[in-house]
Amino acid sequence: MSENARHTFTATEDDHRIAKLAALAIGLHLIEAVLPSPLPGVKPGIANIVTLYVLYQYGIGTAAWVSLLRVFAGSLLLGQLFSPTFLLSFGGALSSLGMLAFAIHLPRKWFGPVSLSILASFAHISGQLLIVWLWLIPHSGIIYLTPIFALAALVFGLINGLVLTRLIKQP
Amino acid sequence: MSKSAPCHNWLHGLKWGDGLTVVLGAIAVFSLFNTLWLGEAASKVQVRAGSEIFTTQSLNQQRTLEIPGPLGTTTVIIDHGRVRVASDPSPRQYCVKQGWLTQAGEVAMCLPNQVSVELLGNSKPYDSLNY
Repeated sequence: MSENARHTFTATEDDHRIAKLAALAIGLHLIEAVLPSPLPGVKPGIANIVTLYVLYQYGIGTAAWVSLLRVFAGSLLLGQLFSPTFLLSFGGALSSLGMLAFAIHLPRKWFGPVSLSILASFAHISGQLLIVWLWLIPHSGIIYLTPIFALAALVFGLINGLVLTRLIKQP
Repeated sequence: MSKSAPCHNWLHGLKWGDGLTVVLGAIAVFSLFNTLWLGEAASKVQVRAGSEIFTTQSLNQQRTLEIPGPLGTTTVIIDHGRVRVASDPSPRQYCVKQGWLTQAGEVAMCLPNQVSVELLGNSKPYDSLNY
């Protein structure tokens, strides 16, 4: 039995939890993909509620797993893997995870989920705009779109943060 | 808290740091709109021929200007917020190669033909040509 176990890839409790939460995030990612958007790139980012929830419950490591699995599997299911759209999702996820790794250390007494959600969504859009500007559309005109994206980041970051505050408080 | 809590409870559990984040975010968004959209909308282009101002035009139009100089005619194109020197009789063509100008304070000079194109914003930024 123990001989067999050593040669088998066994999934730990953590793996199961990550898989379940990532599946939830992928579901939200897919739902969001079919929603019409007024401007390419302006999206509510509801899958990020899951990332933030995981961050609060299990820490940044699990959150990174869930977020990146969501980007890979979500893009795979939408047929966008390794396309520019995928790269934008990936870059956005990386920069918002970077911001969250820092923001989770802000004093909990004063800064709640709303702060983290807004900071992450600003980081997300900054990372994406940087990729767009450096690689996809290397033209300075892209800078004139930043106010719209920043406004969307603030509004959706706030809404997601309020939803998350509610979620965390549910027993 | 019960699930049928009224709407105002959405704000329950917010901390002052959250309010601060929202306010700072709003200030950032507002200043982005202010500097990128309002600041540039009033921009003008000033064309000089020799020592005189040939013309000052709004950038929000599509127009081709012909400026006479000692070597010949310099053609300047205004195209909805940007300007370029389309053709110039100068031998080195520096001002033509410079391409589109979009930011206030940018200058293209066609020196042998004594024509210069300068973009003007609401406030004139520092540049080393003038100071």
